[in-house]
Amino acid sequence: MPLLEVGSLTIDYPTSRGAIRAVEDISFSLKKGETLGLAGESGSGKSTLGLSIIRLVPYPGVIVKGHIKIDETDILKLPEDEMRFIRGRKAAYIFQDPMTSLNPVKRIGAHFIELIRTHEPNTGKEEAFERTKTVVKNLGILSERINDYPHQFSGGMRQRIMIGLAIALNPDLVIADEPTTALDVIVQAKILDLLESLRKVYGMALILISHDLSIILERCDKIIIMYAGHMLEYATSIEMHRNPKHPYTQGLLQSIPNIELSDQKLVAIPGSPPDMLNPPKGCRFWPRCSYAKKICRVKEPPLIKVGRNHFVRCFLYGKKGVHVERNRKS
Amino acid sequence: MSDASCMAKKVFMLSEIVKVEHLKKYFPVQKSFLEQLFTRELSYVKAVDDVAFSIRSGEIFTLAGESGCGKTTTGRVIVKLLEPTSGKIYFNGADITKLKGEKLRLLRRKMQIIFQDPYASLNPRMKIIDAVGHPLEIHGLAKGEEKKKKVLEVLEKVGLTPPEQFINLYPHQLSGGQRQRVALARSIILKPEFMVADEPVSMIDVSLRSSIIDLMLSFRKELGLTYLFITHDLAVAKYISDKIAIMYLGKIVEMGHKEPLFWNPMHPYTQALLSAIPVPNPERERKRIELAGEVPSAIDIPTGCRFHPRCPYRTDKCSKEEPQLIEVEKGHFVACHLMK
Repeated sequence: MPLLEVGSLTIDYPTSRGAIRAVEDISFSLKKGETLGLAGESGSGKSTLGLSIIRLVPYPGVIVKGHIKIDETDILKLPEDEMRFIRGRKAAYIFQDPMTSLNPVKRIGAHFIELIRTHEPNTGKEEAFERTKTVVKNLGILSERINDYPHQFSGGMRQRIMIGLAIALNPDLVIADEPTTALDVIVQAKILDLLESLRKVYGMALILISHDLSIILERCDKIIIMYAGHMLEYATSIEMHRNPKHPYTQGLLQSIPNIELSDQKLVAIPGSPPDMLNPPKGCRFWPRCSYAKKICRVKEPPLIKVGRNHFVRCFLYGKKGVHVERNRKS
Repeated sequence: MSDASCMAKKVFMLSEIVKVEHLKKYFPVQKSFLEQLFTRELSYVKAVDDVAFSIRSGEIFTLAGESGCGKTTTGRVIVKLLEPTSGKIYFNGADITKLKGEKLRLLRRKMQIIFQDPYASLNPRMKIIDAVGHPLEIHGLAKGEEKKKKVLEVLEKVGLTPPEQFINLYPHQLSGGQRQRVALARSIILKPEFMVADEPVSMIDVSLRSSIIDLMLSFRKELGLTYLFITHDLAVAKYISDKIAIMYLGKIVEMGHKEPLFWNPMHPYTQALLSAIPVPNPERERKRIELAGEVPSAIDIPTGCRFHPRCPYRTDKCSKEEPQLIEVEKGHFVACHLMK
């Protein structure tokens, strides 16, 4: 039984010039303890998808179709007050910007105590305080520092605190949205190591959202490649690295520099991501694709199974792959 | 020099185009009125603290390091956007440290800079033709039709084709990658000899980054441009550079040609930095070198070697004596007491 199951999820942002379809027909599932990477460029819909899992799609976005099941419960059908208890306890979110996500006039400890006592009203102050100390210690921060204010912490430490707040209630699923984008490489590696070790200790599943394919490949078990709201490819990271199928994935892999290779030749993907108000008809990637055929411009390619746990949305694989239903189960 | 054909074409290639010696840039720390009453001493952020290097014509020299290491300040001091606190800057052999007024304006034709954020570096109320042609007008080189001709030419060069479609657009009508191309066009229209590129690709979508990098590499060949490239991304640095200098807290800790520097990093900081870079390969087991703590403030710089509080190999000497940048192998410089 999967922990998280997302089926045919479609999310729109209505604007005065028409609706922007930020996420279209996305299905995947995640088991306990697994790590899933959502990779894509800006505007690909990866953050919207992540936020929808805790039902926090920013205004005016609406989920127009699909279901999101956490532990068999479809959270899209829950009333708001029940949803509040899913957030934090079942699924928690780590936001991109640690500088603005903490309250500047509250001590670090107060953030934790408020969180714990809101979700578990029976917890006494003393107990909440003790739990805070343990969590902060697990983050590699001295427990005395819970009396400090956010501005007394560096960017990396604030991001640790954000991670701590996400795991404080021991959720089954943590969604980390570009958790290290604002940080330097050394701090980035430390934060990702911390997430990985906490994930093992607490047995959580992790969804890591990043534009940096290197991080995703290095840290995740499974990967979804997003482009203009569509899932173009879905595979285990080893499979994605050895055997990328979609021309977009292949292009991305050829455009990222690797410090372990010498005399690498980078190849850019021509063109730029589409205007989401007027996305191209058919496959969203065809204007930039060097393999584009006539059919790509008219018809949307279905998700095709090309291997064990490997799916691709591309007409190139029509004959080799076996056609599968879109709301498949993994 | 990685490109032999490039070397054959240009004989002057081996001459030093830019050289800095003992370059320092300190920024005074703002104090409140009360603090000013009680203390006489001013404290400084030592953004760049005694840096020396030289860039040869046709080379791509990269300053790399984490945020706050002084790489951007160094770049800005070199193009004279900031006054150095002390030290000397030479351009084509001439001392430009104290250059002002008309002479500085003439120098700017030869030295350009492009910035990280193409959303901030272009005036939103200027059409592309005016933004790109502006340098020509400032330097009195071309006006009207002639300006238009030159702008079209240079837009074509940066890959904005057909250029006629772009000249009457405003920056908000362009994507991030296109804006950075416009910024590049503006900086090469005066045919400079030297360009500082401050994180030119870090705000660009991944799939477009390598096209901007390749464009910059092509200018080196076509226009004989020399670059000072500034980046925090060592994977990009490795791809583009001939030589790399790693900075930490205002100082260069290691400098050399990129191959030896990446294959055999000698400074413990460089080793840790390289081991932290993600590698796009899930099957690769990597050893990470852990560093204690975080980068200290540039106001209270540690005594001796400024890296010693975080260094796994520190000795007593490290906290007392500042190591000099010494040539350990040919062309490979390291500032570390372990090297002797």
